Amino acid sequence: MIELKNISLGYDNKRILLKDVSATFSRGTTTALIGRNGSGKSTLLRAIIGFQPLMSGNIVLNGTDIKDTTALQLARQVAFVTTERVRISNLACRDVVALGRAPYTNWIGRMQKDDELVVMQSLEKVGMESYAFRTMDKMSDGECQRVMIARALAQATPIILLDEPTSFLDMPNRYELCHLLADLAHKENKCIIFSTHELDIAKSVCDTIALIDSPALHHYPTEEMINSGYIEKLFKIRYER
Amino acid sequence: MRHRTVTLFVILSILLLVLFVLDLLVGAVYIPIKDIWGTIISEEVNSATRLIVLDIRLMKAIVAVVAGVALSVSGLQMQTLFRNPLAGPYVLGISSGASLGVAIFILGMPLLGIVNNSAISSIGTAGAAWIGSALILAFIASVSTRIKDIMVILILGMMFSSGVSAVVQILQYLSNEEALKSFVIWTMGSLGDVTANQLQLLLPAVFLGLILSVAVIKPLNLLLLGEQYARTMGLNIRKSRYLIFLSTTLLAGTVTAFCGPIGFVGLAIPHISRMLFRNADHRILLPASALCGGVVLLFCDIVSKWLTLPINTITALLGIPIVVWVVIRNKSIV
Repeated sequence: MIELKNISLGYDNKRILLKDVSATFSRGTTTALIGRNGSGKSTLLRAIIGFQPLMSGNIVLNGTDIKDTTALQLARQVAFVTTERVRISNLACRDVVALGRAPYTNWIGRMQKDDELVVMQSLEKVGMESYAFRTMDKMSDGECQRVMIARALAQATPIILLDEPTSFLDMPNRYELCHLLADLAHKENKCIIFSTHELDIAKSVCDTIALIDSPALHHYPTEEMINSGYIEKLFKIRYER
Repeated sequence: MRHRTVTLFVILSILLLVLFVLDLLVGAVYIPIKDIWGTIISEEVNSATRLIVLDIRLMKAIVAVVAGVALSVSGLQMQTLFRNPLAGPYVLGISSGASLGVAIFILGMPLLGIVNNSAISSIGTAGAAWIGSALILAFIASVSTRIKDIMVILILGMMFSSGVSAVVQILQYLSNEEALKSFVIWTMGSLGDVTANQLQLLLPAVFLGLILSVAVIKPLNLLLLGEQYARTMGLNIRKSRYLIFLSTTLLAGTVTAFCGPIGFVGLAIPHISRMLFRNADHRILLPASALCGGVVLLFCDIVSKWLTLPINTITALLGIPIVVWVVIRNKSIV
């Protein structure tokens, strides 16, 4: 569970992205984080994993303030999938996913039987088990994205954050990926938040929608969000201007 | 995959041994293998043979292996840390730091009129080089704790080296012929100038660097995905960077101090081992690079003795085709 308690986010007091925002994201739900370019979607995600210092307020993950956690403790709470496209030649998918076990393995990263099992299960959950021994430099964007999600699953965290996971994908792949995320949230009881510009997908797949209308953040169940008119207000009115 | 890895390790180890023996055999004077073996197991041989085998050839062969191992491992670390296939042990300015130290020692002292000062001359070329490279690294490391983006550090390192090279050029320009020549010869690199006393410094320093490099194997593997991902998987980025820098200073800095800047080995060998082992895991790649480094530098030493040319010319002529090939064939090898 993620609790944002009166947080303010921004850069150097000049550009305030979020001001005094509170919200709670629970386990077993998928949340789409929407908002216009530069509104602070990525910054909020980065704040939750402790990459972005808060101007004020607290972020509490499963009862512990992130200020009081080490990088290692945080790595057992939150997994993150960035927008960065990772392509490492000579590294099999299985080994990439195995890196997700890093918070649990010893100093040299030795994999125990249980770790190997988690890795294969994670690949299965994203439907990539047949790619285990293939290397990522010869795979499509959609396939790579799935492997990176499998890596996040192998990290065995209650929370998974994804920064625009659909951006390099074609339409069918976008839907598939978002359905996969929703499935994982429900079956594995995970709290999943992903930022996206796909309003239609967000509306049809996600349990809740968080909308950044700087400096405010609105967070409602999908149905309520659609009826509230916030989405239209943010995207259409500005368009007409 | 595992089978291939084991086979390659065995082949490379045998190759290392064979080349080591060959390196003892090759030289200006012909010494039969029987006498070389006799010297090593301390049988009675004539004192000239003993001197050549122990003090010159054996020393040089050991230094070749140590330098090859050290430069290749630090090159691998730099390529992974900076996620740049063209990074090498010298990207952070280790060699320019060392050359500044040596330039001040060889060129600057006569300019300032300091000659025959026993306190300073006891530092020696190696000491001056080591101090130079350690200072540069200390500077880079202290700056790096304040910089988030690793690419900025790479650029800073390169800019800094260019600045230092300019200062070295000024010293060169102002110096007399004799001092200039001995400096230029230092920049060509040499495996043969290490004395038994110096080896007692070289070995522990490189050994410590290697221990550190083993300790950062897991961080290096995580860094394959970039610093951001590595951090989300629980890696303390600053500590890891610091350890990697320290390891590289000990490895490349020490070797450069004693042997001069040996080019291309640290850049090319990690690529050779990636190609051979087809693996990106540093648990394999690190010992693989170390082994390949030893083999290649022994080979280069044999060739350089054959042709009586400086070691740097051989490593460059051998290394350049590999680097060019890497760039053309595979733009995303790291």
